[in-house]
Amino acid sequence: MELLDYFITIAPVLGKGLVFTLLFTFVGMIVGFFMAVPLCLINLYTHGFWKKVVTGYVELIRGTPLLVQLYIIYYGFPKFLLPLGITVTPYFAAFLGFILNSAAYQIEYMKGGFKAISYEQIEASQSLGMSRWETVITILLPQGLRFSIPALSNELIYLLKYTSLGFVIQAPELMTQAKELASTHARYMETYLIVAFIYVFFTFLLSKISDMVDEKLRIPGFAPEKIR
Amino acid sequence: MDKDTVLTVKDVVKEFGTNRVLDGISFEVKRGEVVVIIGPSGTGKSTLLRCINQLTPPNEGRVWLGDREITDKNTNINQIRQDIGFVFQHFALFNHLTALDNVEVGLYKVKKMSREDARKKAIAELERVGLKDHMEKFPAELSGGQQQRVGIARALAMDPQIMLFDEPTSALDPELTGEVLNVMKDLAKAGMTMVVVSHEIGFARSVGHRMIFMEDGHIVEEGDPEMILRSAKKERTREFLHKITELYGG
Repeated sequence: MELLDYFITIAPVLGKGLVFTLLFTFVGMIVGFFMAVPLCLINLYTHGFWKKVVTGYVELIRGTPLLVQLYIIYYGFPKFLLPLGITVTPYFAAFLGFILNSAAYQIEYMKGGFKAISYEQIEASQSLGMSRWETVITILLPQGLRFSIPALSNELIYLLKYTSLGFVIQAPELMTQAKELASTHARYMETYLIVAFIYVFFTFLLSKISDMVDEKLRIPGFAPEKIR
Repeated sequence: MDKDTVLTVKDVVKEFGTNRVLDGISFEVKRGEVVVIIGPSGTGKSTLLRCINQLTPPNEGRVWLGDREITDKNTNINQIRQDIGFVFQHFALFNHLTALDNVEVGLYKVKKMSREDARKKAIAELERVGLKDHMEKFPAELSGGQQQRVGIARALAMDPQIMLFDEPTSALDPELTGEVLNVMKDLAKAGMTMVVVSHEIGFARSVGHRMIFMEDGHIVEEGDPEMILRSAKKERTREFLHKITELYGG
């Protein structure tokens, strides 16, 4: 019961941290998603300068650890942004870092989804007289995004856990709070076990929700069958 | 230009790299005419069809639909494609849409019909190909023959001036081939102008008005199907026809 008492003591602070963890995760995921959709389409269906820009962006982000990206934003960006009157707060750095990171990974995940659409369907829509834009909206997005759901749910879960890196730039998320609490109370094991449990709980919840969404939006005939 | 000419193809050349797939093809199709194109694999039959509606733009040559030049840079290609129905070898249905939605989508997205009118027309087209009872099914829930009939209905719904068929039955077994060919026969009887790339000799004989034999990017011989089947002028045509008649039957 002593553990329970301890939990009750730290719950308000952990709760605050959890709110930020979820905020960083969902803002990173959602804003990253809306960045990734057009960038992915450019990368897959165009040739030329912008395709190269997107490829460069993805390779840059995938090629560097998130930790390094957060450091560059938090400690490096002020050199250029401060003279413009922009202060780089931990929140700003965290949101920007998670958004940019997640967008790059989501581009790659979506590529897999869009590549599952046969090129003949694009030709069929063209042969009906659809413009590029109409083809994207009516044929590509509804299928490509559906096929991307399992991979995107993976990204969501990764991101949830990667927000714990926020502690290196003092963004007040779950891990930052836990570190503080653990050393204040000198109870490392209990604190980190509680934190671990919170992460497990939310990753499990998110994976269940995305499975449900995947099931609900599945195109008939595209469900994997058991191999008999 | 003749008012009854629906399609004019003039000196069309298509190269993929150093491979000259079409080496100057010219022919005309009159209103209500059914032209069947035959020839060995890899001779550019499909490429020719795709050059007509610019899915594969030709390197040289010109193509007209009526008096509108398709190959003209100033032509609104999306506008003109509405008037050219295209039926694909592997059906190319939109997998995330029901049979009904597949037929409907071009009507309200491209032709800007109201959803209600689009639905009515789509149902009528599906009825025409005998699939009204299956209209709520998704492509994966339909047989190959049914999928191809949806593909035909989808193209027909746009009220095209000409229908292009790219080996519409070559992915189907004989039974399913029959149901698709029957739909095409009805279409031909109704006066639809059609260009059909196919090895179906029986169809060519009973429905085709003209047969074109292509090889290596050239038109080797063309004329009345019966005449070509019975007494082709060129040795190569006879040889090829002999082979496919053995396979598919006369």
